Amino acid sequence: MIHETSLMAVLIFLFFASAVIGISLYLGRRAKSAAGYFAAGGNIHWAVNGIAFAGDYLSAASFLGICGMIAFYGYDGFLYSIGYLAGWIVALFIIAEPLKRLGRFTFADALDNRFNSRGIKLAAAISTLVVSCFYLIPQMVGAGALVKPLLGFPHYVGVIVVGAIVTLIVTTAGMVSTTWVQFIKGSLLVLLCTVITGMLLYRGVTTQPVNAQGKACTIAARNVPADQLLGTVLPEEGAWVGKPYARVQDAAGVVSVWRKDADGTYSAAQTLAVQKDGKKFVNGLPRGRKAGERDLDPVGYASKLPEGVKETGPVGPFGFIRTMQDSEVILWGNEKITEANGTVTTIYYQKPTAGKDFMTPGSSPTFKKVRSAKFVDKLDFLSLMLALFCGTASLPHILIRYYTVKDQISARKSTIVGIAAIGFFYVLTLFLGLGAMTSGALDVTDSNMSAPLLARSISEFLFAVISAVAFTTVLGTVSGLIMAASGAVAHDLMTNFFKIPLDEFQKVRAAKISAVCVGMIAIVLGIIFAKMNVNFLVGWAFNIAASANLPALMMLLFWKRTTKQGITAAIIVGMLTSLGWILLSAQAYKDVYGLDPAQAIVPFSQPAIVTIPLGFLVLVLVSLFTQPKPAAVPAKA
Amino acid sequence: MGGLDFHAPVEKEQEDAGVVAHNTRMGVILFVIYVLFYGGFMGLSAFAPQAMAKPILLGLNMAVVYGFALIVVALVLSLVYMRVCRVAAKK
Repeated sequence: MIHETSLMAVLIFLFFASAVIGISLYLGRRAKSAAGYFAAGGNIHWAVNGIAFAGDYLSAASFLGICGMIAFYGYDGFLYSIGYLAGWIVALFIIAEPLKRLGRFTFADALDNRFNSRGIKLAAAISTLVVSCFYLIPQMVGAGALVKPLLGFPHYVGVIVVGAIVTLIVTTAGMVSTTWVQFIKGSLLVLLCTVITGMLLYRGVTTQPVNAQGKACTIAARNVPADQLLGTVLPEEGAWVGKPYARVQDAAGVVSVWRKDADGTYSAAQTLAVQKDGKKFVNGLPRGRKAGERDLDPVGYASKLPEGVKETGPVGPFGFIRTMQDSEVILWGNEKITEANGTVTTIYYQKPTAGKDFMTPGSSPTFKKVRSAKFVDKLDFLSLMLALFCGTASLPHILIRYYTVKDQISARKSTIVGIAAIGFFYVLTLFLGLGAMTSGALDVTDSNMSAPLLARSISEFLFAVISAVAFTTVLGTVSGLIMAASGAVAHDLMTNFFKIPLDEFQKVRAAKISAVCVGMIAIVLGIIFAKMNVNFLVGWAFNIAASANLPALMMLLFWKRTTKQGITAAIIVGMLTSLGWILLSAQAYKDVYGLDPAQAIVPFSQPAIVTIPLGFLVLVLVSLFTQPKPAAVPAKA
Repeated sequence: MGGLDFHAPVEKEQEDAGVVAHNTRMGVILFVIYVLFYGGFMGLSAFAPQAMAKPILLGLNMAVVYGFALIVVALVLSLVYMRVCRVAAKK
C-alpha cells in the first residue's frame, strides 16, 4: 500500500527527537567518568529504572511485530507476548541480584568475577556483540517500516535517521541519556497504547468498518459463481497452470485475479506484480494513486459477528475477546507466482477464518505445526517458547541496566516495576492486534504497519502520535543495544582482554568510536533485512542469547564446581551452535537465501530446545575435566 | 576527565550472607512454581490444542485465560518475592 505522508507525525517526531537529543546533550556534562558513561554512576532511582526497563525491552518487535502478527494471524502473536513477559521471571528470581552483586559495567564483569579469565572476557564480549547485532536488525527494520507512512521516504532513510540519532544520543552521555530516553519512551508507549485500547473498545467491532474520515472500507467480493465473473476468463498457462486462480480480463484489457473457493465459487484477490525492470502493477494497473493507476486496498474486517449483528457498539475488554472468539474475520493469505518473463506476482487472497480457529495456538505459518500429530513438528513451538523464557535474562542490553541502580534491593524493585509495566503492555497487544485485524485498515503487504494503521483508522492525530512514539520506541531500544555493544568493545575487549594501554581521553573515545561503528553496522543490517518480520528476527536473537549466556550465568551462580574453561566453552558452543542452526533453518532458507525451505538441513527453525541443554552439558563436562587440583595436604606427624 | 579508571575499586554494598542465601532460596522456589505453570501452558498448547479452544471463564477460552494468567501470576509472584525478601532483610 502507498501511505500518505503525515506532516503532523513528522512534526511530533521532530519534537520527540529534539527533546531526547536536548536531554542527551544536557546530561552529557554529567557523564564524564567510566561509571557515569557505562552505568549512569549507579544513581538511577529504581522506579525510573523500572520504566526504563520497559522502554529498553518494549522494542519495535514488541510493538510493531506482535501487533502485526496478531492482526494477521490471531492468538499466535500473543504467544510472543507471553514468552517475552515470562522471561522476566528468570531475570527477577535468578539473575537480578547476583548480577548486581558480582558485576560492574558489563555482563562479562559478572561472569568473570570469580575467575579473572581472559577467555571468559573474550567469549562474553563476542557473545554480547553477536546478540546485540541480531537484536539490532529488527529494530532498524522497524524504523524503516515506519518511515514510509511518516515521511514518504524509502525504507533506508528511516534506518539511517534512527541510526544517526541513536549514535548521537549514546555518544553524548552514554547510559545516563540512554536511561532517560528509555524512560520517556516506555512511559509514552504504555500510556498511548492504553488510550488506543480504550478508544478501540468504545468503538466496538463492526462488519462494515469506516476510516477516520467516515469513508466505508472496501469489502472485496466473495463467493461469486463462475458464470458471473465479469469479463473473459483467460486460459491457464505457464506458471498459472494448476493454481486455484482464475484470471479475468475486462473490456478495457485489465486482468484481475480471483481465487477458487472450496465450494467452487470465486473470491476477489489482490495482486502486486513486479516486472523484471522493477515496474509494479496492482490488479493489472500501474501502481499509484493517480487516474489510470491502482493501489492495494486496505483490508481486515469481521464478516460475521455473534448473533448476526452488524456492530457490537462499545464493549468491555472481556466482551471484546468473546466477540472475536465467536466471529468470523476475513484474514488474508498470499502466494507468489513467478512467470517465464521474470515477472513475480504476489497474490493476496481472502481467508474467512472463524474466531475459534485464530484465537487458539497454531493459526499462523510460524506455529501451524503445533497442530500436527507428529511430535517432531511441535518442537519448533516448544523451542521458541523456551528461548523466549530463557532469553530475556540473557540479553546484554537488559543485563547492563542492573548496574544503573545503587544496590540489590533497587535492582529487585526496578525489575518488579518493569514487570508491571511490560506485563500491562503485553495484555494490551492482544486488544491492539485484534482491533487492527477488524479495523479495515491493514496493509496486506506489511504486517509491521498494523498498529499505526489501527490508530489511523481511529484518528489521524492518533496515527501521528503513535508513529512518532513508535519511532521513539526504536530510539530507546537501539540506544540500549549500542550501549551494550560499545561497553563490550571498550571495557571487555580493549581494556580487559587486549590490555591496551589507553589514557583516559582515549578510553572515552574508544567507547564512543565503538558506538559509532555499531551504529553504522546496525544501519547496514537494517537495510539488508528490510523484508523480514521483525518479531521473527527477535526470536532468533533470543535463541542465541539464551543458548550462549544463560547456561554460563546460571551455573556460575548455582554450581560451585564451575570452572573458567567451562564457562568459556559453554558461551562459545551455545553461540556457535544456535547461530549455525538458525542459518541452516527453513526460515533462513526461505527469507534470507531465497531457497526452497524444504531443503533446509535442520529439522526445525528454533534451536533453543537443543542448544540451551547443549550449553549446560558442555559447561558441566568441560568443568569436570578442568577441576583445579586440590592443594597438597601435609602428612600427619 | 577524572574518575575514568576502569580498575578503580568498586564500592560494594554491605551484604548479609544469611539474607542473600534466604533471598536466593525464595527466588528459586518461586522460579520453580512459575516454570511449572509456564510448562503447563507449553504442554497444553503443544499436546492438547483442542483444550485451548474451550471456554472456561467468563466465556473466554483456555488459551486467552491461561495467557492472561501467566502475565498476572508473574506480577503476583514478583510482589510475593518482594514481600518475602523484605521479611528476610529485617531479620
